[in-house]
Amino acid sequence: MAKERVAVVGIGQTRHQATRGDVSIAGLVREAAVEALQDAGMTWADIEAVVIGKAPDFFEGVMMPELYLADALGAVGKPLLRVHTAGSVGGSTALVAASLIQARIHRRVLTVAFEKQSESEAMWALTLPIPFSPPLVAGAGGYFAPHIRAYMRRSGAPEHIGVLVALKDRLNALKNPKAHLHEEGITFESVNDSIMLWDPIRYSETCPSSDGACAMVFTDEAGGDAATDPAWMLGGAMRSEPTMAPGRDQVNPIGGRECAAEVYAQAGIADPRRDIDVAEVYVPFSWYEPMWLENLGFAEEGQGWKLVEDGATAMDGDIPWNPSGGVLSSNPIGASGMIRFAEAAMQVRGRAGEHQIDGARVALGHAYGGGSQFFAMWAVGAGKPSS
Amino acid sequence: MRDVAVVAFAQSHHVRREQYRNEVELLMPVLHKVKSEVGLDQTQIDFTCSGSTDYLAGSAFSFVSTLDGVGARPPISESHVEMDGAWALYEAWVKIQTGMADTALVYGYGKSSPGALRDVLSRQLDPYYMAPLWPDSVGLAALQARACLDAGVTTVEEMAAIAARSRRAAAANEYAQLTSSADPEALLAGPEIAAPLRRHDCPPVTDGAAAVILAAGDRARELAARPAWIRGIDHRIEAHALGVRDLTTSVSTRLAGDRAGVGDRPVDLAELHAPFTHQEVVVREALGLGDGVTINPSGGPLAANPLIAAGLIRIGEAATRIARGDANRAVAHATSGPCLQQNLVCVLEGGER
Repeated sequence: MAKERVAVVGIGQTRHQATRGDVSIAGLVREAAVEALQDAGMTWADIEAVVIGKAPDFFEGVMMPELYLADALGAVGKPLLRVHTAGSVGGSTALVAASLIQARIHRRVLTVAFEKQSESEAMWALTLPIPFSPPLVAGAGGYFAPHIRAYMRRSGAPEHIGVLVALKDRLNALKNPKAHLHEEGITFESVNDSIMLWDPIRYSETCPSSDGACAMVFTDEAGGDAATDPAWMLGGAMRSEPTMAPGRDQVNPIGGRECAAEVYAQAGIADPRRDIDVAEVYVPFSWYEPMWLENLGFAEEGQGWKLVEDGATAMDGDIPWNPSGGVLSSNPIGASGMIRFAEAAMQVRGRAGEHQIDGARVALGHAYGGGSQFFAMWAVGAGKPSS
Repeated sequence: MRDVAVVAFAQSHHVRREQYRNEVELLMPVLHKVKSEVGLDQTQIDFTCSGSTDYLAGSAFSFVSTLDGVGARPPISESHVEMDGAWALYEAWVKIQTGMADTALVYGYGKSSPGALRDVLSRQLDPYYMAPLWPDSVGLAALQARACLDAGVTTVEEMAAIAARSRRAAAANEYAQLTSSADPEALLAGPEIAAPLRRHDCPPVTDGAAAVILAAGDRARELAARPAWIRGIDHRIEAHALGVRDLTTSVSTRLAGDRAGVGDRPVDLAELHAPFTHQEVVVREALGLGDGVTINPSGGPLAANPLIAAGLIRIGEAATRIARGDANRAVAHATSGPCLQQNLVCVLEGGER
């Protein structure tokens, strides 16, 4: 028997910012969840199960916070699952929630992802020891900088490509009222002149540390048919590979390529650059846009940076990436992947407001985590899939 | 629903302190054993799902290193829950139900020994109103036990009998940590450590790991002589604040048990994840298990309670007894959170439908 079709009928996001001191953790997740329920025209009672995701519990200092959040998420008397797959968690949480519909176990599922990073110091929480290496890495940027350097060497990309990506995403964020960073007056020069944090990553090429949450309501096919403007799930997949393995390519990881290939196969996408109208891709450091353009098959290996330079990924380009401003403009880590998934769905629903890409019919949402080793992706469409 | 069965189960020898092996080293022999039982390597497993918690490991992203023990190369379809492995099994069962997988590897592990577990578990509580007071896990269980005694749900004599029965049953379980007990009368002569709980009412602190392989339909029949078919599985959560719950019953266990079909037919045995003696009475009542049902033949969590693995072990122990032909219909239960806040119930059967 074929899988049940999944429709996205409700989406909510908090206003993301450095410190949401006005709300508790419960208040933060409710802000997103209530907005998603209202969007879906539902109440808490309509929801059959809740799937919640976030990155490490140490970020807020609460062990398994879903236990404490059961009441706030209207989950009392219902199944509540808590997913954690590193930085990809927002995406994988949505996929686990979708699988409850696909398996016909539930008909209406609420999924939520959050991080309240102001409760701790995320940079040091992300400073993990690398086996057999001296402890010199500070933060995720310290881990990824050498891989970016390797990409630049391999591809021959000019130094300013990262600046172009950061400028594009931060300008896009000006059109997104939920985005954390709204840098009026940002210029190529201001990004280029910002302090070098982890060579070649500048301060303005780095994601912020945000408080924020995202929520979505999924229904089965009947629920999608009854909704006015659902987004339909066309395909979804997760892939994981080890942090360290001989010969593992961390610049263009095979896990990402295989994950994308499976999503494209499910969604009937033969040529991603042609068949996908807009993509929300997890780009926490600017250079990951050209790197993932290649990893996800939008460009040949070594050619991704040329799409950036040509403006193909700008809002008026042929394949806009991150019109929301992306992770570079808002990064509540545990929620960042779900925000990508939700923004993709908003685009095909025609509900992205000022950062809407006209006529978007098929969109890609992408998340990755760990040492470029955990991947979660989905494709959503404005039209109901044939299978 | 697709027919899905437990076809293999493996666990570590549970100990108070696994001093010389880290989590990866603790887990690897268990993973190798469970895969070799059915002759599968990682490339033949369609989906992998694990449970762990960073608060036991004491480091963020701790599950990332244990993935290195799995052999995720070439890349695998994989997920992780920050919950007991029983919920990882639930996610894997859902994945098989979607038709996107026919086989799944599930594992859970935890080393409780490095920290002061009672205090660590207090970090599970509401961070604004409860956690700052550091109410510890044994103290909260004692409040529940007191409520149960006051309501006449159980007696200290029954609690002592549960402790003695569990640890004596564990004598036949080579993986258990505590395998003998004094007589209930002698146990009751001991002091209370958190009134009304005595030492025997509390689970041991345990380091351990467990793994299960699931398979669907004919794949399960190929891999096991007598698969333990999952005929129902469900989980439910209750409110967090203890003051709004009736601690003498387990509403979430009853709901999950009803949804899993526990009462549809007679039950031969039950493996219950009731870490404190009085909780066995509460869970048994919520599941409607009568006197004829054998409870925790493995010794249960009172004989070995490796957090995050202990719930998955209940499913594995129940499945093992079905595979051996000791039982035809078994109930496995897992719990999480203070005073049985969240519960999962799984019904396993030996015969074909």
